[in-house]
Amino acid sequence: MHELSIVMSIVDIAQQQAEKEQASIIDEIEIDIGCLSSIEMNAFEFAWKQGVKETILEKAEKKINRIKGRAKCLDCENFFPLENLYDACPVCGEHFLDIIEGKELRVKSLVVS
Amino acid sequence: MCATCGCDADGKVTLHEPGHHHDHIDHHKKVVDVEKDVLHENNLLAERNRGYFEAKNILALNLVSSPGSGKTTLLERTLTDLKGELDFAVIEGDQQTTNDADRIHATGTKVVQINTGKGCHLDSHMVMHALQGMKPKQNSVLFIENVGNLVCPAMFDLGEKERVVIISVTEGDDKPLKYPDMFHSSTLCIINKTDLLPYVPFDIKKVKANAKKINHQLHIIEVSCTSGEGLELWYDWLKTKVLASETV
Repeated sequence: MHELSIVMSIVDIAQQQAEKEQASIIDEIEIDIGCLSSIEMNAFEFAWKQGVKETILEKAEKKINRIKGRAKCLDCENFFPLENLYDACPVCGEHFLDIIEGKELRVKSLVVS
Repeated sequence: MCATCGCDADGKVTLHEPGHHHDHIDHHKKVVDVEKDVLHENNLLAERNRGYFEAKNILALNLVSSPGSGKTTLLERTLTDLKGELDFAVIEGDQQTTNDADRIHATGTKVVQINTGKGCHLDSHMVMHALQGMKPKQNSVLFIENVGNLVCPAMFDLGEKERVVIISVTEGDDKPLKYPDMFHSSTLCIINKTDLLPYVPFDIKKVKANAKKINHQLHIIEVSCTSGEGLELWYDWLKTKVLASETV
């Protein structure tokens, strides 16, 4: 259940940014979560509900961008969508991969007032 | 300038809001580009720990596994067998009790226990405070035994040089596929309890192939802490890493 730690880190980032902008309300938060980022979305949603209570994010609308996994095969240099870390290159069948996208976990933007 | 309508709003930030309707009096909402990694704070402190380790030439290893794979037993054997050859220090992470720290302490090694309470992993902040208390010796090897959990610790960099994942033959040989993140982020995989292989349906070739599917660079060593088989390979790996950090 590391998702709760993740939510608390998001609250901290939001709080710091709001202070920097001298804003008292966060209306929206946009978060990038890659599909290969070790975040279980059901656990994340559950942790979010509990974690944002009585924080600056309590009433914020949350927008999540799920970024699909993408890899480059180091053997045949093919680029392809990667759903699981154990997937093989669909062209040559090798597992020598470099993950290009899908590990993201970042606060992208806020709407403050 | 407002990105939505191009008006000259005050300040350096872009102003726009959902349902933007060109009523400039309502321009009290700001869009702030943050672009900050959620684990930024943890990663910063991990880098700080890493700097400390490099300055003191400490080889820090983060040991991760599910509970019961034999991390503490592997440490006990290692600390006893290599006593006098290398200097060691240990940070133990568990939710509760000092049982593991007591076992390490019995080998005569400097040890600090971190109890995470309800927490499911160690983070770099906890390790930083543990380091302040224990002050490991220059040129030593620091084992950080993480909380027994094959999921959560994968995301948290502690500042270690290498991450070592331990799996025992009493677990399933499909474990790397079920818990890929940990195998993906580790550099060494130790397969423990190989003395039990005749009694369990564990296919060692299969587990190796599965682990390599996740991480083609993963180095794999098979050991038994009971019979001692394979431990030389683990000790050689350790000594090579110590030498490598000394020559940097």
